[in-house]
Amino acid sequence: MPIVVEHLTHVYMPGSPFESLALDDVSFEIQDGEFVGLIGHTGSGKSTLVQHLNGLLKPTKGRIVVDDIEITSESKVPKRLRQHVGLVFQYPEHQLFEETVYQDIAFGPRNLNLPEDEVERRVREAMALVGLDFEAVKDRSPFEISGGQRRRVAIAGVLAMEPRILILDEPTAGLDPRGRDEILGQIKNLHAQRGMTIILVSHSMEDIARLVDRIIVMNRGRIALMGKPEEVFSHVDELHAMGLGIPQITHVMRGLKARGMDVPDNIYTVEQAVKVILERVRGKKK
Amino acid sequence: MIKDITIGQFFPGQSPIHKLDPRVKIILTFVFIVIIFFAKTYLGYALIFAYIALAMWLSEVPIRYILRGLKPLLFIIVLTFFINVFFTPGNKVLFQVWVLKFTQEGLRQGVFMALRLILLVIGTSLLTLTTSPISLTDGIERLLQPLQVVRFPAHELAMMMTIALRFIPTLLEETDKIMKAQMARGADFESGNLFQRAKALVPLLVPLFISAFRRADELAMAMESRCYRGGKNRTRMKVLKAARRDYLAVAVTLLLVVGILLDSYVL
Repeated sequence: MPIVVEHLTHVYMPGSPFESLALDDVSFEIQDGEFVGLIGHTGSGKSTLVQHLNGLLKPTKGRIVVDDIEITSESKVPKRLRQHVGLVFQYPEHQLFEETVYQDIAFGPRNLNLPEDEVERRVREAMALVGLDFEAVKDRSPFEISGGQRRRVAIAGVLAMEPRILILDEPTAGLDPRGRDEILGQIKNLHAQRGMTIILVSHSMEDIARLVDRIIVMNRGRIALMGKPEEVFSHVDELHAMGLGIPQITHVMRGLKARGMDVPDNIYTVEQAVKVILERVRGKKK
Repeated sequence: MIKDITIGQFFPGQSPIHKLDPRVKIILTFVFIVIIFFAKTYLGYALIFAYIALAMWLSEVPIRYILRGLKPLLFIIVLTFFINVFFTPGNKVLFQVWVLKFTQEGLRQGVFMALRLILLVIGTSLLTLTTSPISLTDGIERLLQPLQVVRFPAHELAMMMTIALRFIPTLLEETDKIMKAQMARGADFESGNLFQRAKALVPLLVPLFISAFRRADELAMAMESRCYRGGKNRTRMKVLKAARRDYLAVAVTLLLVVGILLDSYVL
């Protein structure tokens, strides 16, 4: 089920001195099974945007269509939208509240009034998806496990709703490199194996470049750039003007090129870069 | 949602009233409240109305913001009016319904009481609308300083108020976020009976308390690591200083006080 956003505008606190235009005439579509990266500076409207996609915020103007559900400024949001579109907030571990990890992950499925054996199946599956050992952690308190594990419990809590679209807002913020790689790997699996549509909000150009099919760049409530990673990252100056950058490895490759090495400047991952540089170096030796 | 709530109802602006020294504003508000109760004639109330109207006009705050404070008190104002109307002893009976006598004295007393309440609310609203919470606590701290002679912890009190005020928006934001996160997991805060609703708040309150404690802990740590140890020998970055407009405001208020006292007790 594709996501269609048409002329979406959102104003916070209209009519008060604190009025602010968070989204300004945003339109785009996301196809089934796509992996989309959403980047933008703080306050560019990306969090506001993703909250519209599962009906937590309603548009001031414009409309959003997810599957057959249409949301305009007047519509009542049906509960099944929240189930279709899973939203993992920034620092999701701050939402944990139950006594055990199991209870916390079961909170979502129980809100759907599912029978208890189905709840358990979902909890097991969600924990497996984020790489948590069911038997070892299910009875522990979510407040005594490590930060990385807490975050996984929180993500599992959303996955247990079995959404078909998953939105993650900065899922790796504040994690160490290893925790980051693990979480990103699991997200990649969700996309590759389960065919879930994934929207990843991130500051990290490296993560985005490595994972996504398409990038949407937000700036001051508008879509500034949209397209495949190589297209978007070729607009270096525009990205810099928005306070964003390009992946570090792209900087390295551009630097090498400027110093006379014959390498392409549209390399976005370290793996690609290693391959290209090795080819060049070996080529020279022969 | 929760973001739409304005905190401490401060209305940012650059008007002469906004720029008044907070100490002066606090004192003048107190004087105003007291003087309301000294007015005894219609002329006296006209003077007070002229004074507050001038202040409202100078403050550049839209009138509906000022009057919004009256809304929750409307019932009390109406009730006070009628109680005073019917229970003030008097002779000039205008008309009578059953045992309830509607006298001229009663009507007068009722109108005055309602006016007092309205003026009270407008006066204090004007203070909080034009003074940011931070300068308000600054002013309070400075005004309470003489009490330090009797070991009253003025600085600590002001610091506590500042911190509490500082964290209201943060906690509101946090509440909003946790609420949304739980709603994304199918939580329902809006339907069900009282018991169900109270129970639905658990997934909101537990994380909120935990984060409040975490923040308090972090803040205490940050303050200690910067050697904070209370108000002793502490200087201020912004020293409050009365300017010409402050003296002018005091003068105008004094005129009002003299006017009311003359009107009520001499003439």
